[in-house]
Formats: sequence, C-alpha cells, structure tokens
Amino acid sequence: MLIYINENPLELNVGHKLYQLRDQHNSAADLLIVNGFPATSDLELKDGDHVVIIQRGQRPSAEELESLMMARHTPGVHKKIKCGRVGIAGAGGLGSHVAFALARVGVGQLNIADFDVVEPSNLNRQQYFVDQIGLPKVVALKENLQRINPAIKINIFQQKITPDNIANCFGDIDILVEAFDTAEQKAMLTNCFLRNFPEKILIAASGVAGYEPSNSIRTKKITDKFYLCGDGVTAAKPGCGLMAPRVGIAAHHQANTVLRLLLNESAE
Amino acid sequence: MQLTINGTSKDYPDSISVQQLLVQLDLAPELVVVELNRDILTPNMHADTILKTEDKIELVQFVGGG
Repeated sequence: MLIYINENPLELNVGHKLYQLRDQHNSAADLLIVNGFPATSDLELKDGDHVVIIQRGQRPSAEELESLMMARHTPGVHKKIKCGRVGIAGAGGLGSHVAFALARVGVGQLNIADFDVVEPSNLNRQQYFVDQIGLPKVVALKENLQRINPAIKINIFQQKITPDNIANCFGDIDILVEAFDTAEQKAMLTNCFLRNFPEKILIAASGVAGYEPSNSIRTKKITDKFYLCGDGVTAAKPGCGLMAPRVGIAAHHQANTVLRLLLNESAE
Repeated sequence: MQLTINGTSKDYPDSISVQQLLVQLDLAPELVVVELNRDILTPNMHADTILKTEDKIELVQFVGGG
C-alpha cells in the first residue's frame, strides 16, 4: 500500500503500524498527525493515509517545514491552495488579517498593494507591531508574512491604487480581495476590476465598523464573480470606530471565501 | 416599466437612465456598483445607459471602514 509521510509517498506492507513507522523515521517524534488529526494511540495504517511526524521544539529544514505546517489541513487541499494567486488591495485592518490567514493556509502567491505607512492608530486592529511604526505597510506586512510562511511568493506594490495601475498590480492573480478603507476607493476598485477583468473574481467588504453583533457580518454572492462581506450598512464615521474583532470577522469571511473558491466550493 | 432591483420588481417611469435611477434612489454614483443584466456599468456609463422594461439591476452601495 502507498501512504504519504510528510507529503512524500512511501510504499509499506499491509498491516504496518503508526508507531512502527515513527520509530523508523524519528523515534524521538512526539506528535503524530494522521489525515489532519493528531493520533493519541497506535493504529494500523491504511492505503492513502497522510502521516506527519513532528518532534516538538525541533526546527525542521526549509523543505520539510511546508509539509509539517500543513499537517492539520484537511488532506489533499494543500496542492490546490498552493496554486492560488490572490491579490489584496489595501493592507489595513481587512487586508493585513486576510494576508495573515492566506499565508498561514499556504496560498502560493500574494500580490499586496498599499501606499501608507504603519502608524500608532493602526495597531488597534491591524497586524503590525510597535517596532514597525513608520515602515511602509507592504514592507512590514511582507516581513511578518515571511516569518509565518517562507514558502509563499509575496509581491508588494507601495502605491495608491487608481484605474491606471490595477492591471500592473493585479493582472496576474485569479482572485482579488478589496480591503480599502474609504467607500469611494472600494467602489472605484470594484467597478474597474470587474469591468476590465470579467474572468477574475472580486471579494469586497462593506459594513465592518463598530461592535455590532458578530452574526450580522455575512458573505453575500452578488454575481458569480463578485462577493460582498460585511453587514452592508455600518460605516466608520464620527462616533463609530473600527476595532480588531469585527474587522477581523469580516476579513476572515473574505479569506474563507478565497479558500472556498480555490477549493471549488460554493462561497455562500 | 418593470425593473427588478436587487431581486425586487417595481414600476419605474419609461426610458429613465441609470443616472436618473440613482438620483431617484438617492444613491451617490461614486459609492455605487451597478450591474445591469450581469454587466458592470462604470460611473462614466450611467448617463448614457437607458433602462428597458424587465431589466435586472444589482446595486451595491459601499460604506467606509476597513
């Protein structure tokens, strides 16, 4: 029978046990993950099983890291996710959370555009650190993403998105996440992108401010190529701010929509 | 004429443009995405696009925050 150990195929005799395999591979290993779930006792391996063998506290080689990172994924999804090419327009509260989630699951290529620098009022909801204040957001974000997952390709564009540079920043991606702050920029990007790239998908966000109930955030399919996450109405304005939890919920709706579409699932 | 806007069918004056429709609905054109019969209309197309009966329109108005 054929099993996969740390993503590499291995031919074994029927009846081979998990602990037997561990002892052959690395007897000091103390975390065994079978088909995406940690095994707590010995078991007989079956044809097609995905086994990941990890020694806690030990730093793996660069080649091994990626397969170990994805050990808790549902088996079989990693290759599809790795082929994903996703754009993120805006690296603020929405964009930085979307980027973190997509880097962690191993989306192969991220194109990230933002013109701004990290400043203190960003830190209440954006994935930056105090020591990054003053850095361009795209530079700081790339640094943070590489610390999470060095195996993905990250292209950064430190520029304000206009109708004239959308093709340059996002021409080679399949799915674009709209993660801007102002309503005008959101509408401009959505209009230009959907009009000029009718074959690509856009996932936008609207209505993410305040601390309204979590469950009012929804993912809505507007068309086959246009999805909208948020409550649709709660704007950031004087008296209604932007905070990590609710912006994060909307961002993760966007990231999960990306993931579902990469895996050919319906997004709603 | 009958127009279906965001899934709801309603009666509107004949031959109005998309621009006039947005005025009637009190929507700011620079904050809106208009999809007419599955085609995205950018704001520079709003004035010249005249609606016909049974057109299907999706309107999304963005609010700020992110």
